[in-house]
Order: sequence, then structure tokens, then C-alpha cells
Amino acid sequence: MKSAQTIANDVRDGSSSAVAELQRSLARIAERNDELNVFLYVDVEGATAAASAIDERRSRGEDVGPLAGVPIALKDNLCQIGIPTTCSSKILEGWRPPYSATIVDRLIAAGAVPVGKTNLDEFAMGSSTENSAFGPTRNPLDPSRVPGGSSGGSAAAVAADMTSISIGSDTGGSIRQPAALCGLVGMKPTYGLVSRYGLIAFSSSLDQIGPFAKTVGDAALLLEVIAGHDPLDATSLPEPAPSLVAHVNDGMAGKRVGLVRELYEGADESVVASVRAAAEALREAGCEIVELSIPELRLGLSAYYLIAPAEASSNLARYDGVRFGRRVDGEDVTAMMEATRTAGFGAEVKRRIMLGTYALSAGYYDAYYGQALKVRTLTIQAFARAYAQVDLLLGATTPGVAFKFGEKSNDPMAMYLNDVFTIPTNLAGDPAVSVPFGRGEENLPIGVQLLGPPRSEAQLFAAARVLEIADGRA
Amino acid sequence: MTTLTNGWEIVVGLEVHTELLTHSKLFCGCENHFGSEPNTNVCPVCLGLPGSLPVLNEQAVELAMRIGMALHCTIAPSTFHRKNYFYPDQSKDYQISQYDLPINSNGYLDLPDGSRVGIERAHMEEDTGKTTHLGGSGRLAGADRSLVDYNRCGVPLVEIVSAPDIRSSAQARAYAAELRGILIATGASDGRMEEGSMRIDANVSVRQANAPYGTRCEIKNLNSLRSLQRAIDYEALRQVELLEEGGTVRQETRHWDEDRGETSTLRVKEDAEDYRYFRDPDLVDLAPSQQWQDAVRAALPAMPAERRAALIATITQPSDAQRDAIEVVIDLGLEHYVHSAVAAGADAATAISRVANEIAADLEHVANLSPAAFSATVLMEQSGALSATQAKTVLGELLEHGGDNPQAIAAAKGFEQLSADSLGATVASLIDAHPDEWGRYREGDDKLAQFFIGQVMKSTKGQANGKAVIAELQARRQGRSQD
Amino acid sequence: MSSPLQREDVARVARLARLTLTEAELDLFTSQLGQVLEHANDMSALNLDDVEPTAHPFGLINVFRRDVVRPSLDRDVLLSQAPDAESGRFAVPRILGEAP
Repeated sequence: MKSAQTIANDVRDGSSSAVAELQRSLARIAERNDELNVFLYVDVEGATAAASAIDERRSRGEDVGPLAGVPIALKDNLCQIGIPTTCSSKILEGWRPPYSATIVDRLIAAGAVPVGKTNLDEFAMGSSTENSAFGPTRNPLDPSRVPGGSSGGSAAAVAADMTSISIGSDTGGSIRQPAALCGLVGMKPTYGLVSRYGLIAFSSSLDQIGPFAKTVGDAALLLEVIAGHDPLDATSLPEPAPSLVAHVNDGMAGKRVGLVRELYEGADESVVASVRAAAEALREAGCEIVELSIPELRLGLSAYYLIAPAEASSNLARYDGVRFGRRVDGEDVTAMMEATRTAGFGAEVKRRIMLGTYALSAGYYDAYYGQALKVRTLTIQAFARAYAQVDLLLGATTPGVAFKFGEKSNDPMAMYLNDVFTIPTNLAGDPAVSVPFGRGEENLPIGVQLLGPPRSEAQLFAAARVLEIADGRA
Repeated sequence: MTTLTNGWEIVVGLEVHTELLTHSKLFCGCENHFGSEPNTNVCPVCLGLPGSLPVLNEQAVELAMRIGMALHCTIAPSTFHRKNYFYPDQSKDYQISQYDLPINSNGYLDLPDGSRVGIERAHMEEDTGKTTHLGGSGRLAGADRSLVDYNRCGVPLVEIVSAPDIRSSAQARAYAAELRGILIATGASDGRMEEGSMRIDANVSVRQANAPYGTRCEIKNLNSLRSLQRAIDYEALRQVELLEEGGTVRQETRHWDEDRGETSTLRVKEDAEDYRYFRDPDLVDLAPSQQWQDAVRAALPAMPAERRAALIATITQPSDAQRDAIEVVIDLGLEHYVHSAVAAGADAATAISRVANEIAADLEHVANLSPAAFSATVLMEQSGALSATQAKTVLGELLEHGGDNPQAIAAAKGFEQLSADSLGATVASLIDAHPDEWGRYREGDDKLAQFFIGQVMKSTKGQANGKAVIAELQARRQGRSQD
Repeated sequence: MSSPLQREDVARVARLARLTLTEAELDLFTSQLGQVLEHANDMSALNLDDVEPTAHPFGLINVFRRDVVRPSLDRDVLLSQAPDAESGRFAVPRILGEAP
């Protein structure tokens, strides 16, 4: 599979065409989608029209953008006008949004060709895609295993060479974890760097859109296109998109990197070995490695599993059968709403709505939600102290390699523990990237995680690039 | 107004919702407009479509600050919360509102009678949509199904919560009227209760003087100042009767039925909703800069109390009728006509009367009437060049067609002053025709002057000047021409 | 929070959240949610009286839009997505009580 950078260059210089690149992508989807269940919807017609338009504009000598003719997969919690958008939930089945997410407009303006919508855990709640109402996605590297989640479909699209890049969203690790399990680069940017307008909310103060790619360069390019202030998102950072691609090869000489005990302890041996090897690779690239302990991070999981459900319980109230989506009839409006929600939501979504409703309800707010917000403060302060000492932090992305279907799906707590290393950065709003480094059991990929202070994406990509080279992949 | 006996006292606190006069809604660019076709002023944000996000309207904040400043509130950094409850008129099934940190708090409102009512808070929130009920004669109860229009959903509101400082239905009415005047004066609201742009809920309880507050009931559906006053009276009596019979007042929400003149239970508070308030993570904190606050404060127009005082000061010992006329002038914001006329040397009482009657009756055309033309007309009336009736006709012409020359209008209408001779002859013939009345007038009964003025007006078709008639009568009484 | 979650708590929360749970689901959720809350005991046990809560990762303030009217959506498109519509409005079954 060509990288996105190569495709865009080829389309721009005429050695390939957007239509040809799209056809290659569609052929690959046709070949493997039945088996892997990656795409919930493929927009052959719209993508073909978009690709033809790009080729035509190029033939007229127009600049067709940094992602010219690059097929891209969108997680199915992003709105694209007129395209079925489900969040992998029965409650939204058949809904076609009358508007597009800001990042979808930006991707199209940059020449990218959205080919379709990818599977996810329902409403992005999960770590395996097993919570999708439309069946799980299989890991292209080993179809008996999960691709991770919640952005499992977007990760699998790239891992299966259906597209070179894709978009996911990360609330507690939903980009980084599937990136690790599928052998990809995946980044959760600084909260507010990428507009959330048109991203169907799970947990508004934690959700952030980010890129999947096979290479660090492609991930940087994609993030550069979608980042930057958006007046339609009040939580969007005020500044324009940072320059990222230009800094990918800046190297890490003279930087200090903290190896954080709480971000790998308890992981599988092979994972810990990969993290140590990554530290060694960074040392060889001129970094100083500092061993750190940040005990506050251990509290992240508890805080996350109260804050995210609390916000979700409110964000998901609007699925009531009145204005859009599915309705199940009832005697009166309350019965209708209850029947609609009971039939429309899956078990995990119900579990989290219940948990969040409980955490916000009278008499429990202070003990649960209120306390979680304070732990969030502790997390932010702890990270800030660490970044006063070092430039970046290093740890594992997941405790293990891709697991088998059913292995954790009957035990919510075991599934939640899978997010223990990724959650703290969501709480803090900081960026982090997962980059493949080393292999584990069955030769499955392992991801290591690099974490940085707010707005440190360029440096994170530079560090990821060092590891990409050291891992022998480029 | 009902007066309670046996030492009972009414305690009232009012919650007034006012829609703000912005162009667009509170969190999106849809038009804030009353009366559009259903569901034509809606977008992903106010319809709560998945993925949409709210962004706060700057002008709504400015109008909220104007209200707060006019009510002497403290303006403080504030936040937006979500009030979670399921209801079909609410597109997200939560309402974005301010909760523990409102933009305005701790103010007061002084009423014309000198009493002061505390303002606990005046916070921002979004309005809900409107439901129409099918079957069951259009009411919620008994309807088969309901239809929802989200045009109003997301319209900016400020909710002004008074302290429980109000002690009578009349005071409640005066508070609502004064507040309405303030809202209109600030430009924040049009104050139209009939269109629902100002809505009042009343919290009513009764107690024995100086006893702790009693259990309160919240009265909804108060669509006019008259309803407000009647509902409070009814509710207070209901509670007193209940208590005197040994019963207890249940905390509940009650509905005012204007036709039947009574309140009835809408919802009992025991099954209180659990709104699960929490900070809306889609919105950031609001902390208007001192500079912005100063600019808003500096641009704040004079409030009704100050404007009323300015008009009252133009008349020595105003009568009740004159005070009422002043209220009309203030309410309509027309006092610049009065001030212009007074500055030109006119009599304030005449000017106020003409504004409160003639101009107020033709507000549609008020833009046609320049203060200068109004002043000139009042001066003509005052000098006797025009009779009152003629002055009213000239004002009518000016309102309808505009123009700056009342003299020309008077001339064109043939409104020439009755010559002194002609007036004298008319008065003389009326004295002959009404010897009894003239006799009583000559004995000193001045009230009869009005009788003769009326007769003169009748026979001259209003062309005479009332003051000139009095002068003529007085002259004849004093024997200037004993014929 | 040492008190474990009770079945009636779960039932109350389900009503608030407009979800109907079967008896089996009530039992399952009571135990599963109880586990999560038990895990949260590590956090609940801390004395954080002096710590300010963070509702939002960065302290952005005063983000506004200008008071400018932008085009609304086409009503026919919107209503075509509605489960039920009539006379230009969204239709729902009868409403049993007034809004709070």
C-alpha cells in the first residue's frame, strides 16, 4: 500500500489519478470487508464523483490539496451530509445527517476522498468493537482477534490496506489502543486542537478526533489538515493548525524523556520489554531517559469511568425517538421514549448511561462525579510537574497484544482495565501517540505510547519517527 | 386587591422569564423570531442533532448584563450547566442554563411606591420549543397526540428571580410592571406578555406576621399583569382557608385558569425531578472583562424610575390623572416629546396630556412626528392660536402625513382663531339663553365656567379656545360690558 | 462509598434514564455497576477538600459567536428524518404531564 503522502504526490504530479487510487481502495474493500466487517457503509457513488472532480480540477491546473486523491475512512461517529451515520447503534439506524463535521469539510477541501464509514463500539464505548450493533470488526492481522476499539474499524481499514489513512476518535484510548493492536501510528491530539463539531459526542470534555496511519509522516500530514481553530466548537483552541510534517525529522537529540512506571507496570512481559527497548532507542537517538513515578495516574481509571459515563448519560438523552433515528411506539410520550431507548441501545451503552446517571444523581454527585473532577485536577497537576522535569513521557499503550473475541467482553471491569495506560492523557487534555515498536505473542504488534504536554504534537511525532526508524519500518 | 384577615400575610417571590431581543438564538445562528412557520428557524444545534455544538451569542450576554446592571446586580464570572430532564419540547433532553454561578446576582428593584424588592439572580438560559395538542380540545389533558415546533427552542432567555420580599398582589403587579418597563428600557426585551416574550411564575405562601415562611406553591400560566394579581389573591385565600381549617399547604406547582379564576394542582413537588445538573462540557466559562462591563454600563439608557421622576418634576403637585398620563408616556418611551416641548417653553401638563393621548393613540405613525413640530403645536395651543380640539386635529395630521409646519396645517384646515368680537357675541348669546347658569356663575360658582365652555365649543364646533372663553366670562362677571 | 449499590438504586436510575430493565438485567447491572463503584473507592477515600474540580482540561473563557443570523435547515429535509411528522411539526404520542 502506498502512503498517503505518496498517493497525494502521484495524483498531484499526474503519475496517478484520484479515480485510480479510489478504485484500488474500493477493490481492496470489496475483497476483505465481508470477512473483516470494517466498513458499515461504502459511498461508491459519492467517492467516485469526488475523485473524478479532483482529477478534473488537476487537469485544469488547479492545486488539488495536500491530500489530493487520498481515499480516507471515517469512523461512523462523524457526520457527513447525506451519508448514513449510525455510531454502530440501532437507535441511529437509517439516519442521514443534514450537515457535515468540520473535519469532513476540511478533508474534502484538502483533496481527500472519503470512501465510507467504519465500524466502532456503539457510541464509541468499548475497546474491541464487540459492542457494535452491527457485529464486531476483525483484526486484519489475525481475524480471530479484536482490532481494539472503539475506533476498531478505522484501524482495521488501514491495517487491511483498504485506505492509507483514517480518522478515529479517542475518549479514553479509542485511537491509541486499536493503533497498538493493529500495528499503526495513532494519535490523540491536544484537547481542542481538532474541532469536535460533527463528532457525535460520547464524553464531550474527553473526546478528541485524531489520525490513524501506517507511517508517522502520514499521521502528521493528516493531523495538520484537520487541526486548527473552528468557530463552531467553543472548546476549540484559538490558534491555527500547527506545522507538523515539517518537524517529523527533527530528531530527539538533547531531549529528556520520562519512563513512567505507572504507564507500563502490570503489562505483559513482551510489552514491558518493548517499552524498555523504545527507551533504549530514544537514548541512542540522543535523549536522556529519566525513570519516573507518577502515582496519581493510578486514580485515572476510576475518575474516567465516572466522568465519561456522566457526560454520556446527558449526551445520549437526545436519542428519544422524537426528532430523528429510530422510534419504538408507546402509549404516551414517556413510554415511547423508554421503549425507543430500551430497544435502541446495546448493553454497554445502557451500562454507562446508568452509571453516569447514578454518578450525577442527587446525593451521589459529590462522592462520585465531584470527586472524579478533583482527581482530574490531580492528574493535570501531576503531569505538569512531570513536564517541568522532562520533555515527553514514555509508556505502554495497552497491557497486551490484540486479544481474542469474547476474552473480556463478559467482564466490563476487565475490559475497562484495558484502558488504564491511555486514560490519564484524556483526563489531562494532553496529546499522546501510539507507535508500533516490537512484537509480542504470535508475532502480534505492540504499541508504545509517547505522551507530551499540551500542544506538543510536533515533538511527539518527531519522537515517534525516531522509534519508527529504530523499529526498522522506515 | 384582597386583604387577608386574622393577621395573615402574603409572601410572594416572582420568577420572570424574558426572551432577549437578539437577532439570532442563544447558541446558534437561527433567527430569533416570533411567528415564523413551524420548524423553519432550526438547525443542527437548536434541534439537538447528534454531533452539533453550542457557541454562545455575544449579544445575549450583553443584554443579560444590561438587565443585571439595571437591577443593581453584581456581575460575576459564570458557567453554564445542563439541567437534565426528558421532555419533547426540549431538543437535547437537557436545558442549558446557569446554575450555581449566574451572571447576575444580588440586586434590587425599587418600586414607584418607594418599596424595594430584592433580586436574587438574573441568569441566562435557553427557551424550549412549543407543543400543540391534537384532540382533547387542544389542551394537554385529554389530547391524543402532540406536535412540536422547535422555532423557539434555543431562543435566549434571562430568568429574573426576586427575593420573597413581595407582600401583596398589588405590589407583585407593580413589581412586574416596573420590571417590564426596565426590560423594555434596556432594549433587552419587548416585554410582550401576550406573545410570551415575558412570562411570570409566582411563588406564593402565607404566614402569620413575623412567623417563618409558610410552604409555598408555584403558580404558572400567568399571561398578564391582571392574571398575576388575581392568581396571587386567589391562591393566598386558598392557603389561608386551608390552614384555618387545620389543613396544611402542600408544596406543588399550580396552574392558573383565567376563565375560572382559580388555581389547580399541576404537579406535586414530592416527586421532585432529579435534574442532575453539571457543567456543560461543550461551553467554556463566561467572565466579561471590566472593559466590556464598563462599556455596557456607560451605554445604559435612563431607567423608568429616573425618567418618571424627571417628568413628575415638570409638574407641581401632579394629579392622579397626570401621574397616570406620565406612566403612559414612560411606558411608551415617548418622553422626548415632552422634554422637547418644555424646552421650547410649553406647559408640561399640556404636552404630557397630548403625548399620553394623541400620540399614544397612533403609535404606528409616531416616526412621522418630529419633536419640533409637536412642540410648535403645543405652543400654538397654549397661546390660544389653536383650540384643544384643533391642536389634536393638527397632531393627527402631523402623525399621519409628517411635516414640520403645524401653522400651515392649521391654516389649510381653516383653523383661525375666533376673533374676540365673534367670541364675545357668542358668549353674550349663550348668557341670554341660559340665565340661571349665568346667575349662579355670577354669584361665584366657578364650576359653571365649564358649562359655558362646553356650550361655546358646541356652537363654534370646537374652534374656540377654552382659556379665551374663561377670560371673556370673567370679564363679563367683573362688569366690563354690562349690557 | 462503602455502601454497595442496591437493586432499587438501579431501578430508580433506570427510570431517570428512560430505560426499561428486565429483572435479570437489574441483577446484572446491580452487580456490574457495583464493581465499578467499588473500584472508585480508591478515589472516594481520598481527602480532596482542598482540590478544585476540573470540568474542562483548559481554562478557556469568553468564547462567543457574533449575533448574526445564519441560514436554517430545510424543513422538508429535517422532517424526512423524523419518525413521525404532521403539519410541519414533529409528532409524538400524548404527553401525560406538563414540563417541569
